[in-house]
Amino acid sequence: MDNIGSLRYFLPELILILFAVGAIILDLIWRKSSARRMPWFTLIGLLLAFVAVLSLRPEARLASPSLFEGMIELDSFSLYFKALFLVSAAFIVLFSIRTTEIASVIRGEYHALLLASTVGMCLMASASNLLLAYLSLEMVSISSYILTGFRVRHARSSEAAFKYVFYGAAASGTMLFGFSILFGLTGHTGLREIAASLHQLFQDATPGVSLAAIVATVFVLAGLGYKIASVPFHAWSPDVYEGAPTPITAFLSVASKAAGFGLLIRFFYTGLAEPITATTTWSVIGDLDWQLLLAVIAAFTMTTGNLLAIQQDNLKRLLAYSSIAHGGYMLMAVLLLTQSGMQATLFYLGVYLFMNLGAFLVVILIADRLGSEDIAAYRGLSSRAPFVAFTMTVFLFSLTGLPPFAGFIGKLYLFAAVIESKLYWLAIIGVLNSVISLYYYVRVIKTMYLDEASTETPLQLPALYRVLLFALVIPTILLGVYWNPLYQWAAAALIRS
Amino acid sequence: MVSNILTLMWLIPIVGSVLVLLVPKNQTRSIKYLAAIVTGVTLLLAIWLFVDFDRSEPGMQYVEKVAWIGAFNINYHLGIDGISIWMVLLTALLGFVATFASWSIDKAEKGYYALYLLLVGALFGVFSALDFILFFVFWEITLLPMYFLIGVWGGPRREYAAIKFFLYTLFGSVLMLLAILAMYFKSDPHTFSMIELQETGRAIGTSNLARLVWLGFFVGFAVKVPIFPFHTWLPDAHVEAPTPISVILAGVLLKMGTYGLIRVNLPILPDASLYFGTFLAVLGVINIIYGSLCALAQKDMKKLVAYSSIGHMGFVLLGLASFTSAGVNGAIFQMLSHGLLSGMLFLVVGVLYERAHHRYIVYPDDYEDPELAGKLSFGGLGIQMPVYTGVVMFAFFGSLGLPGLSGFIGEMLSLLGAFQVYPLLTALSVLGLIFGAAYFLWALQRMFFGEPNPRYEGIREISARELVSLVPLLLMVLLLGIFPRIAIDMFHASEFLQNLTTIFPNI
Repeated sequence: MDNIGSLRYFLPELILILFAVGAIILDLIWRKSSARRMPWFTLIGLLLAFVAVLSLRPEARLASPSLFEGMIELDSFSLYFKALFLVSAAFIVLFSIRTTEIASVIRGEYHALLLASTVGMCLMASASNLLLAYLSLEMVSISSYILTGFRVRHARSSEAAFKYVFYGAAASGTMLFGFSILFGLTGHTGLREIAASLHQLFQDATPGVSLAAIVATVFVLAGLGYKIASVPFHAWSPDVYEGAPTPITAFLSVASKAAGFGLLIRFFYTGLAEPITATTTWSVIGDLDWQLLLAVIAAFTMTTGNLLAIQQDNLKRLLAYSSIAHGGYMLMAVLLLTQSGMQATLFYLGVYLFMNLGAFLVVILIADRLGSEDIAAYRGLSSRAPFVAFTMTVFLFSLTGLPPFAGFIGKLYLFAAVIESKLYWLAIIGVLNSVISLYYYVRVIKTMYLDEASTETPLQLPALYRVLLFALVIPTILLGVYWNPLYQWAAAALIRS
Repeated sequence: MVSNILTLMWLIPIVGSVLVLLVPKNQTRSIKYLAAIVTGVTLLLAIWLFVDFDRSEPGMQYVEKVAWIGAFNINYHLGIDGISIWMVLLTALLGFVATFASWSIDKAEKGYYALYLLLVGALFGVFSALDFILFFVFWEITLLPMYFLIGVWGGPRREYAAIKFFLYTLFGSVLMLLAILAMYFKSDPHTFSMIELQETGRAIGTSNLARLVWLGFFVGFAVKVPIFPFHTWLPDAHVEAPTPISVILAGVLLKMGTYGLIRVNLPILPDASLYFGTFLAVLGVINIIYGSLCALAQKDMKKLVAYSSIGHMGFVLLGLASFTSAGVNGAIFQMLSHGLLSGMLFLVVGVLYERAHHRYIVYPDDYEDPELAGKLSFGGLGIQMPVYTGVVMFAFFGSLGLPGLSGFIGEMLSLLGAFQVYPLLTALSVLGLIFGAAYFLWALQRMFFGEPNPRYEGIREISARELVSLVPLLLMVLLLGIFPRIAIDMFHASEFLQNLTTIFPNI
């Protein structure tokens, strides 16, 4: 579809851009009252964009809405991701309203950056061209760098931003190099054309094509792996997660990771694999065994994340490592090249959104009330704030993957997909990792329920937090008992080949 | 009502658990009565089931089946046969008596009873679920309340014991989950039904996959039983758990493991079961001998009972491993009998602990008071507490296998079945019986006979409330010991036992 015609289908992104610009301008007009009004203004933008996404759902079923001359793919896959980003961005805006961490510096630009980052994510999930993939990834990264360093007078925050920039620059540079090799090999930047051309090259047994393709894949993986924080590109995430303002940490661990998965799935499924006719599986092009490579990475990612999480005393850092581990679980299903693997990943991302945001919300409100992110601060929380302790328990058990919570169903689908593809060794590593993860999650629960509090004074809980906790805990429980609607949505969100 | 009775069985305790949460914290009496009413109602329902149960129908009864998640063919599927009805009855009975044993808990009662009822509800679910996903969900739900019940209301090392219990069982159950998934994808059309999968399982015979799947299930169940070498969580959990939780743990939770073997491993993967038969029997014998030897060495009465459980569950394994009618019947009977007897044993330990605030048979050598270290802690309790001693003797004799009580029937049948297949192993396992007699009689002699210890002059006799929880178990032990057919006839109202010879033709 040509550029002008495409605009109609680009509505969610256009709304977000409009509101991002609007946020900057209105900040100048509203001045003092900006801090109060801006969150609601942003929320309106997100809501409108969400409505636009929903209204596009029928269009996604059309024959071939490839927008902007093949730059962007409008399919149910990208719409599912866009919905995820918008929902999590809305939660982040709400999280940021009361938090003392950034409340003093929060202004229009915070929200503008948040929106810009969301636009970038939406593009990442729908990019079907290497150029746009790179640009959207950078768009997300750059706004994230600034958001990470938003606590300007806070040394850790600046350190985190600094590390993030360095890591990000190296990773995306490497990825760009990988892209250039792919372009050199095939002469195309569109993922579909690349796939077709690679297929031809392998068929003709062009000398050196295997080596070049595998080198390109590994290099591209550097950039994608960095976004989803997979081993060995994960080292930035604990420091960045710890230093960033907690709402941003939550945003990075949920939305940014999801965007990474969106791009990763698109790149590998469209660019480096081809659908097998009349089945719901794909096959790798040529002899490029990137599946095994990803399997090894997935195994290492979850094991590293979980083992390192055990030793953490700072809950935010613990959740950072746990989030690395969850990336590993999802990667495990992505590499299968089956429809059920993709559906399981998408479903898990949806479930993960609620439970992980929930856990971070508790971190935010405890840091607000008690000024500490250490696990020790949670001592005896069950008697001081029973509701918070209860919801945290639900989130953590759900993250472990215990029934009757949503996390269990998510993991069930992931492992089911892996078993279906007969990768038993990976499934065993995966479930053993769940057992390891229980240990550190339960440590937090133990602190809340089994340890005595130093003081019995009840914690005052602002109404906003109470509502947000409810909004997150209900889906976490409900999706563990009746998950069909979300699953159906995820199941329908497939990449069109 | 008839059509939904199994749903009611698990739902009533869980609704009760929510109701407990709604009662104000300081109204502990109302909370206790509520819990007693809820477990009482489930007991009545269970008794009604027992009466109404059709003993001539081998298929599943009271079946409920509703599509839950259509896309994956997951069903809400409940039903019981002659084997699981006894597990349901056992859960209902122990759940009821343990409620009264919980009366003495005086810390955060509201949370305690809410979790307790949740646990009981989930146990009913485990024993009546016929869909693997449903089964697994209930199975895992039992972990959550158990963790808190040990961790919050337990003894001094409760945190360690609770997390150890949790990690061990989760380790087992995740492997079980993989086995479930592997079976699901092997079946055509894909199903999670524990009944339909029997066909699939029998079709894959002794392929490597079948063996792998068998092992996955086995580890999941073995941790629960517990089978050596997965048993080390058990003594810790028992010693730290409060008395009523020990009762449920030993009486019902351990049975989940052997129930799983009977419901899953044997009927679904019979060829692999045969392949691993000797392995199972050897583990059973290790359990019997090792458990009894450990029990013999204990100075803490509760630990003694805990290790004796490991030994007694060994007979279940040995009986099952024979795949003969006598052996399997004996195994199921032993599960039932051990459920009742271990419940009694933990209750009597609890009675003494509440009075003396320790449970030592002999003070350990490193006891805090060097004057007492290594000395007998009780003595002549028979004179000080005659009624209590009578009950203890009953429980001890029942457990060591005195003819006329239920323990004898279970062990005898298991050995009878096993002897046809593994004569040597069976002969060896009889050592366990001798050790069993030794540790129980020795404990009896050191604690209850001899000179009364003046420290416990005037110790309170067992109270009426405590008797109320012990007497029903006592009567059941006696009844089943004299009329074992009440149970055994019902076991045969199950497809598994009816078709045992076709499932395992070569035995």
